[in-house]
Amino acid sequence: MELYVPILVLAVLAAGFAIFSVSIAPFTGPKRWNRAKLDAYECGIDPTPQPVGGGRFPLKYMITAMLFIVFDIEIIFLYPWAVAFDKLGLFGLVEMVLFIVTVLVAYAYVWRRKGLDWD
Amino acid sequence: MRTFIALAANPDYPTLEDFGKDPIWISIIKAVGIFVLLMLGVLFGVWFERKLISRMQHRYGPNRAGKFGLLQSVADGLKMALKEDIFPRTVDKVLYFLSPVIIAVPAFLAFSIVPFGPMVTMFGERTPLQLTDLPVAVLLVLALASIGVYGIVLAGWASRSPYAVLGGLRSAAQVVSYEIAMALSFVAVFLVAGTLSTSEIVRAQSVGGTVSLFGMEFSTPSWFVIQLIPSFLIYVICMLGETNRVPFDLPEGEGELVGGFHTEYSSSLKFAMFMLAEYVNIFTVSALAITLFFGGWQAPWPISLWDGANTGYWPFLWFLLKMVIVFSFFVWVRASLPRIRYDQLMAFGWKVLIPLNLGWILLFATFRALRIDEGNRTLIMTMLAFVVLACFLIYMRFDIVAQRRKREQEAEVAAEFEELGNAPEAGGFPVPPLDLPHYHGVQRKEVSSGTH
Repeated sequence: MELYVPILVLAVLAAGFAIFSVSIAPFTGPKRWNRAKLDAYECGIDPTPQPVGGGRFPLKYMITAMLFIVFDIEIIFLYPWAVAFDKLGLFGLVEMVLFIVTVLVAYAYVWRRKGLDWD
Repeated sequence: MRTFIALAANPDYPTLEDFGKDPIWISIIKAVGIFVLLMLGVLFGVWFERKLISRMQHRYGPNRAGKFGLLQSVADGLKMALKEDIFPRTVDKVLYFLSPVIIAVPAFLAFSIVPFGPMVTMFGERTPLQLTDLPVAVLLVLALASIGVYGIVLAGWASRSPYAVLGGLRSAAQVVSYEIAMALSFVAVFLVAGTLSTSEIVRAQSVGGTVSLFGMEFSTPSWFVIQLIPSFLIYVICMLGETNRVPFDLPEGEGELVGGFHTEYSSSLKFAMFMLAEYVNIFTVSALAITLFFGGWQAPWPISLWDGANTGYWPFLWFLLKMVIVFSFFVWVRASLPRIRYDQLMAFGWKVLIPLNLGWILLFATFRALRIDEGNRTLIMTMLAFVVLACFLIYMRFDIVAQRRKREQEAEVAAEFEELGNAPEAGGFPVPPLDLPHYHGVQRKEVSSGTH
């Protein structure tokens, strides 16, 4: 646990600085009220009405997030394997080849179903 | 393993056991030191980038505030503080206020595991020149980068404006995509170093190993950049993508998205936090590149001949010099390359970098297994042949499919062209025919000049 204490010290310092900066921002600048200024910025045209709770967004981004999770888990498996590789030897290599082939099957499937294409 | 035993004799190189023993006041001094270093680094970095890119474009760049314009960033920061802080009516107040904090704090935290130097004596305490180190240090950096993505998405989401939402999503999708390739490019480093702790990765780069090839002994260079050049090249591309820098600065593609996720943040201190986080992130990936591939704080070759080069506070200087060089590379890329299209960006990340990376990892691991496991040589060789053959077959298969798709697409375009050409009103789209009836406008008598 001692290893993490210095990170906490730096976290307190950074968070303190960041919160202080965004908190004093309203007080350091001038205040000149203007209705148009408080609208969402869309290059001068009337802002698009946005539904409460956020609008819709392209599903593509969700698919990317799901794929990210798949590959992130693969990476989580690869790291301890890489560290222990010298001890595992041939066994580790065979296991990892099989694992990567398994992931590649899913990867090829996604590719063929155009999950990786942005039209 | 032999190299590690030889290294253990050198007490200047910290190991994982040297951490976690600092009294709290030393930790505070180090944390404040890192914080001040990063703040000054950002001020210097902004100035340095503007100055260097100006010289590359035959301009002077900032040269009014202070000597050589050195105070330009300070002036910019003051200006931001004195600007009006706008809360647009539509925003989600809490998230809008918090996102700059969420993005800035992890950016700073990533520097807690960067090794700046060897064991030094600090106010009578012998301690490593590094805030802390963990058995999973590099994983911590990746985790913090992921938390930074929350700041981007929430900033865009809380702004409730189309540009900001799209910019936030784009940026997040890009960062997570390139994070995969980036994390994969580290695997080869961990294979060689046998650890995830940054200080021990630096230590592993102090002495090169030996390779026996065809009965001859070759000594491998100590910096991983030479041994693992494919990993390094992939990492360089990913670090540009990860920090949203040119040529991958799509989130801020001003032609299409205004400012991306920070469109609704006026030029106040909130925006300054985004700016700060962006530069600190650049420093983080540069520091990671130096630590994992360029031997960390160790002196480069001509200087390393001097015995005292890797002792005391000197390595801190070598580290800073390497940082300046890597940062200059960022600026150089920005001055040279145009921005690429979003679909190209995602296709490159997912379809090129990831399979290349996995293939390289397997290839490298197989060669390493060949060296370690002398007994099962033929078996490993067979496996290597199997892997290479499988890669080749997959590539061929994809190539055939890609060729077929390309032909289909061409045929489709040709058919469309034909169809449009037959339509009388379009007559020969896209090139208008020469005999198209023209509208000549109002007939006007020509008036020759000078005869008024």
